[in-house]
Amino acid sequence: MTTAASLPLVSIEGVTCAYDRRAVLRDIDLVVQRTDFVGVVGPSGSGKTTLLRAILGTVRPVRGRVVTGAGLTCGYVPQVGSVDWNFPVTVSEAVLMARKGGLLPWASSDEKRDVAGVLDRLGIGDLGRRHIRELSGGQQQRVFIARALVRRPQLLLLDEPTSGVDVRTRHDVLHLLAELNFDGLAVVLTTHDLNGIAAHLPQLVCLNGEIVGSGAPSDVLTPDVLERTYGAPMDVLDHGGMPIVVDRAPGADILPFRRPAG
Amino acid sequence: MTASLLEPFQYGFLRHGLAVAVLAGALCGLIGVYVVLKNMSYIGHGLSHAIFGGAAASAVLSFNFFLGAGMWGVMSALLIGRVTRRRIIGSDAAIGVITTASFALGLALFGLFGVARKSVDALLFGSILGVSLGDVWLVAAVTAGAALVVFLRYRVLLFTTFDPEVAAVSGVDTARVDALLMTVLALSLLVTMRVLGVVLVAAALVIPAVVARMLTNSFSRMLWLSTGIGAVCGFTGMYLSYFLDISSGATIVLVGAALFTVVFAVTGSTGRRRASGLDDHVHISVIS
Repeated sequence: MTTAASLPLVSIEGVTCAYDRRAVLRDIDLVVQRTDFVGVVGPSGSGKTTLLRAILGTVRPVRGRVVTGAGLTCGYVPQVGSVDWNFPVTVSEAVLMARKGGLLPWASSDEKRDVAGVLDRLGIGDLGRRHIRELSGGQQQRVFIARALVRRPQLLLLDEPTSGVDVRTRHDVLHLLAELNFDGLAVVLTTHDLNGIAAHLPQLVCLNGEIVGSGAPSDVLTPDVLERTYGAPMDVLDHGGMPIVVDRAPGADILPFRRPAG
Repeated sequence: MTASLLEPFQYGFLRHGLAVAVLAGALCGLIGVYVVLKNMSYIGHGLSHAIFGGAAASAVLSFNFFLGAGMWGVMSALLIGRVTRRRIIGSDAAIGVITTASFALGLALFGLFGVARKSVDALLFGSILGVSLGDVWLVAAVTAGAALVVFLRYRVLLFTTFDPEVAAVSGVDTARVDALLMTVLALSLLVTMRVLGVVLVAAALVIPAVVARMLTNSFSRMLWLSTGIGAVCGFTGMYLSYFLDISSGATIVLVGAALFTVVFAVTGSTGRRRASGLDDHVHISVIS
């Protein structure tokens, strides 16, 4: 018997999306289950953000369909580059705005408790009164994850959540997402970081307008799939069971920097 | 000395003018927060020019000023909102064409039908002559309506202003929220235009909000501060215009500009940093 819990959260069936008649995604088939933690990788312009937007319903497919589970609530964390860090909002205000609220502009005691709870869970409970620009990169990322979580979603979509952050922050964000996934939240994220993020995820989708490969990193991060995804030859090394992707483009060897003589 | 300072309050038209100036300043300060934070200053400027065309058409056709110019203004606002949102053509270019064409039409109609130069100047630069008790009530009604909209739709207005993409994903009808804001903006410009003038009303929208932004990092405090600053500038400017014998719009804007200069100097690098980002509100989305 099929129960609601066994149904996928999202089924993408033969979806093609286009901007100005130029297809960005072609014939995409993808299923996101309730416990999935999926990374979408691919070069710039490969359709990663469009795929997230198709799931969110803000981009309509020109062919195929996106079927979402009944009453599905998605949380969305945009690229940090799209955030106006100078906007006059405190951390609490930024998180609270995602709650629908009643007729009154101020937060109810339930809403205040929810916001405080989410901020505490993400380790930024003491930053509620701070302006969003006064935070570190990792804290800023957590604020926008908190804003997505305060809606109590079943699916969290993140667009390049670790772009432009340092190694420590990247590590923290990845662990935070793993914890949320462990607690029952499905996560789909896009990333350019093959070694720092993608190789650590349980499931990957390689995208270049169409799905080139999908599965566990050890199955997908192969020279053949990577070359078809990125259009450039790459080698994959084994590092204690973890795949490490390195560049193999002829003439693209990175030589040690040498100061010119004289 | 005291009698001299209280002299303006002896005249009914000036009392009405002061009341309208305070309300208009507060109204522009309130709506100006959204105008500035959504980077819509040029829309506010253009829309006031567009309404001028409607005002001219109303005058020529002997139609009620507020009804004619109001309908024209709301239609222009919704058209501008649609063009900006859908990026049908470059928004700057589209707004430039729509608003300046409407403004030029107004000038042409006034020229063709021989409307007195003084009336045109009053509309362009603001005047308190002819401000009746009815005008006071009208501005009060629009101010109360705008405050009610901000109060009841506070969170969705904030969300749409800060992050329209995520707001839309989160179930906010951002197109409707934008249309609501544009309608309130058009009505605000319409009822404040007579005192502030077509040319100067955009400054009354922008200056209080920018000054408030330099003083606070909180959105809710910015709303209160900008409204208060607008009201104070309106009162002071109108009061000074009586003694200086210059147009009310000019004095109100000059008081605002002086306040901006003082706050800019007093808040130092903090204020400058806060205000410097006010043109960084283009939400860059990498669609790939």
